[in-house]
Amino acid sequence: MEEPIPAQPSETAAVPTAPPVRPTRRTFITATTAAGATVATGGLVAGPSRVGAAAPAESPPTSPVSLSVNGDRHTVTVDNRTSLLDLLREHLGLTGSKKGCNAGACGACTVLVDGRRVNSCLTLAVRLEGAEVTTIEGLADGDRLHPLQQAFIDQDAFQCGYCTPGQIMSGVGCMQEGHSGSAEEIREWMSGNICRCGCYVKIVRAVEQAAGRK
Amino acid sequence: MYPFSFTKAAGTREALEAGRRGGRYIAGGTTLVDLMRETVERPRTLVDISALPMREVTDTARGGLRIGALVRMAEAAAHPKVRTLYPVISQALELSASAQLRNMATIGGNIMQRTRCAYFRDVTAACNKREPGSGCAALQGYNRTHAILGTSDHCVATHPSDVAVAFAALEASVHLLGPDGERSVPFADFLLQPGDTPNREQALRPGELITAVEIPPHPGPLKSGYMKVRDRQSYEFALTSAAVALHVRGGVIRQAKIAVGGVGTVPWRLPAVERRLTGRRPSDALWAEAAEGAAEGARPLTHNRFKVELLKRTVERQLRIVGGTK
Repeated sequence: MEEPIPAQPSETAAVPTAPPVRPTRRTFITATTAAGATVATGGLVAGPSRVGAAAPAESPPTSPVSLSVNGDRHTVTVDNRTSLLDLLREHLGLTGSKKGCNAGACGACTVLVDGRRVNSCLTLAVRLEGAEVTTIEGLADGDRLHPLQQAFIDQDAFQCGYCTPGQIMSGVGCMQEGHSGSAEEIREWMSGNICRCGCYVKIVRAVEQAAGRK
Repeated sequence: MYPFSFTKAAGTREALEAGRRGGRYIAGGTTLVDLMRETVERPRTLVDISALPMREVTDTARGGLRIGALVRMAEAAAHPKVRTLYPVISQALELSASAQLRNMATIGGNIMQRTRCAYFRDVTAACNKREPGSGCAALQGYNRTHAILGTSDHCVATHPSDVAVAFAALEASVHLLGPDGERSVPFADFLLQPGDTPNREQALRPGELITAVEIPPHPGPLKSGYMKVRDRQSYEFALTSAAVALHVRGGVIRQAKIAVGGVGTVPWRLPAVERRLTGRRPSDALWAEAAEGAAEGARPLTHNRFKVELLKRTVERQLRIVGGTK
């Protein structure tokens, strides 16, 4: 029987091996996809999606950018084409923000930049020098969920869950902007977030609950 | 998306210098980044102008309002002066896009936004706007959302902006700054009808920058509002829209300013309707009579004939909302 390795100061904790890898949904999907298609994948890079991209004759221009994500400072060098969404997902491993349409039409990628809700798919990372970004991963206070996260659970406000991180981030913005005064107002000011499962009624209830209206 | 080099201008002079060298200005980026990803736009250099001092809404000496080019749509819509004096602007802005996009997009960028014509956005389709001389796939294609006013044999794409319709009605002007200095262009002359050069969309000179949109003073009280008719209730472009501003004194309409959207290649003023209203007393009969002329000169296409009647009804209804029922 293996004992868990206790946390120790780094100098004495000379653990030679990497911690045991447990399959997650993400690594499982990646592994099975690679095996099935015998795709040789390189490391994750902060580049734009390759789909529809031109094959550059020389290496594409990059820029350094330093920004804060959920309170953590990151200084990275990005291909200028990199969206904030791709930076979060592909470079920083924050896969909570989702890529739905990648065109600003669905809201699945919604995050807060300097307190304002925006579509991260239409935000070029290179423009975010000094910015403070909050994603769904940064919303909870430790183990204590944000009231809107809790409200989504209480109201059963999702089915497949794909749009949920964007809905919640957008809902947080909606409440902060003061546009959660009625169900009608919430519907209008949340219209930038599409839910293909059609959970709108319960999403509105969740925002109402978190806003203290229910 | 094609690779591009990126520079952030610290000030106006630096921006103009980068613009003079062929750099493409980026403000909110909500249209530009989207179209770059579709490879419709292929700038070699982006010049970030977000640090430039154009973020204010200020009173003008003449008694009008000056909205800085970098004021975000959400900020402009919520600005107390804009809300009180020109509800038509606030309403047009808040009926546009989504809350997220309004937090990003700017006033200058909004009037620079490009058409939503599906053939323009599809790089495999013929489009004179994107590829001059290649033809217009919309003419014989699915043109339900396209223009019925101001079209040509080369292009039938609508201008997608809502607030531009309000600006057109209010006879705004666009302040520009370029290598040759400052100038101001009436809104009606800023956006260009396609004619045989649909690739030319604005009366901008190379390297010029929009610094502000100015609303001239209007005689008070001015009642105004914006109506938008679309396929879904929110977060959709207009099939038809109407910006109406009325100055009524002593029970008589002294001034009527009307522009419509979703139907024109540019925001479309309705001088004939305005003439029918001026000097008359508000009444339901008058609204109907005036709106009858709203689609004068329309050239509908195969799939958008419905816009002729819809436009008249949109204008009539918005006249009734703004002008009241007697």
